[in-house]
Amino acid sequence: MNRIKKFFNTFLLFELLKGMAVTGKYLFKPKITIHYPEEKTPQSPRFRGLHALRRYPNGEERCIACKLCEAVCPAMAITIESEQREDGTRRTTRYDIDLSKCIFCGFCEESCPVDSIVETRVLEYHCEKREDFIYTKEMLLAVGDRYEEQIAKDREADARYR
Amino acid sequence: METIQQYFIQFFGSQWGNMLFLLTTNLVFIFAIAIPLLLGVAYLTFAERKIIAYMQIRVGPNRVTFFGIPWLRGWGQPIADAVKAIMKEIIIPTGANKFLFVLAPVLTIMPALAAWAVIPFSPELVLADINAGLLYILAMTSMGIYGIIIAGWASNSKYAFLGAMRSAAQVVSYELAMGFALVCVLMMSQSLNIGDIVSGQQGDSLLNWYLIPLFPMFLVYLISGVAETNRAPFDVAEGESEIVAGFHVDYSGMAFTVFFLAEYANMILVATLTSIMFLGGWLPPVDIAPFTWIPGFVWLLLKIAFILFFFLWFRATFPRYRYDQIMRLGWKIFIPITLIWIVVLGLIMQLPESIRDVFPLNLWF
Repeated sequence: MNRIKKFFNTFLLFELLKGMAVTGKYLFKPKITIHYPEEKTPQSPRFRGLHALRRYPNGEERCIACKLCEAVCPAMAITIESEQREDGTRRTTRYDIDLSKCIFCGFCEESCPVDSIVETRVLEYHCEKREDFIYTKEMLLAVGDRYEEQIAKDREADARYR
Repeated sequence: METIQQYFIQFFGSQWGNMLFLLTTNLVFIFAIAIPLLLGVAYLTFAERKIIAYMQIRVGPNRVTFFGIPWLRGWGQPIADAVKAIMKEIIIPTGANKFLFVLAPVLTIMPALAAWAVIPFSPELVLADINAGLLYILAMTSMGIYGIIIAGWASNSKYAFLGAMRSAAQVVSYELAMGFALVCVLMMSQSLNIGDIVSGQQGDSLLNWYLIPLFPMFLVYLISGVAETNRAPFDVAEGESEIVAGFHVDYSGMAFTVFFLAEYANMILVATLTSIMFLGGWLPPVDIAPFTWIPGFVWLLLKIAFILFFFLWFRATFPRYRYDQIMRLGWKIFIPITLIWIVVLGLIMQLPESIRDVFPLNLWF
């Protein structure tokens, strides 16, 4: 009996039709594609994109050149040199991030005691030469200035969990 | 038509005029078939990408458009693909036999286009109304294998050669089942002329089509057609996700595209033959007023599109067959089924007239 049933199932292509019914059903389902440049996926406030160096509201840069980020960076993408400024504070003279080395783990951001180095939500940046991937202190500060509003809002949203 | 013929005769004399008239009309007819066919091939690739994407809940190509018209988004894709393929370099491997290497794609696409000569689009609309039409089609579709074998051999690469062997073995095996399925159609219609085969299915409704008495043959023909054109799920010859192409590994640019075109042209050809042999070609499904107003070739095109949709549906649904399973299906299942059906059909046709006049049988015999 079972063999007869199997015989008919095979010759009536029953299983093939079942498979085709599934794909046929999916033909009419709503599509899940996000049309990228016009639509974007939602981002978390913890999104780890392009780096930025922040400033205090009075314009003073936050970074105190403690070099914790340089030490913690697993990809060794950060290079810092520091000196004493005239007012006696320790400040960086060089703060380079090599984005071609960076793995966007967010450790620099976590290790920073003054919330200076942060990762923004920016992900649409490109470089045409290898050298362009090295972001200097000025460039990072400029990124920070440009997106400060968003950065501050994201820190605030995440503050409860830190 | 008559006046144009008169012009030709006036210009060139009666003998040359008639010949030239025949030549020009045939050339015009050939272009009228080949150009829409190649456009159809281009848009079949687009339809394939769209339909498979929809079945995978994606949207498929939706960017390239004509003149920035938003509702045509995606429709420019096949044109863009063609332009890209034309721009690319055709690399001829150092060890390759140059002449055969270039000849192979031509040999592949030639039969796929030439077979259209005998396809009737409506009772009058046929380029060559020859009595051995079906034989001609079988001969032409078999020619495609030469292109495959020559491509594999001329590349002078063991991978291409193995691919060619695999592909050729598969195509040859399914050719048999396909031929036997068509023998059943021949027995029903008692004619090799394709126009007569379609007329033999004329009746009140689609019940008269050969689809119903020959339903197993229809399935065998359709599945063999999928295998014959090296399409998924029988595309082990190409197997893009496991073995990166068979006989055409060494081809690039337009030479590769010609193979690609040939595959799709063959797909359309198989779909056309299926609709002519089993789905009544240009005949409307029901022979009453609103359906008979629509011209015959529209019905034929609709049937072709319907079968082609199944080809794409198969590709979106089924996983690839293993090679030995393909061979088993062809030799051990399809050929016995077709042989048995030929015998059964022969027995029915030999029944006495009084039994063949009973209701379901009188529709077809």
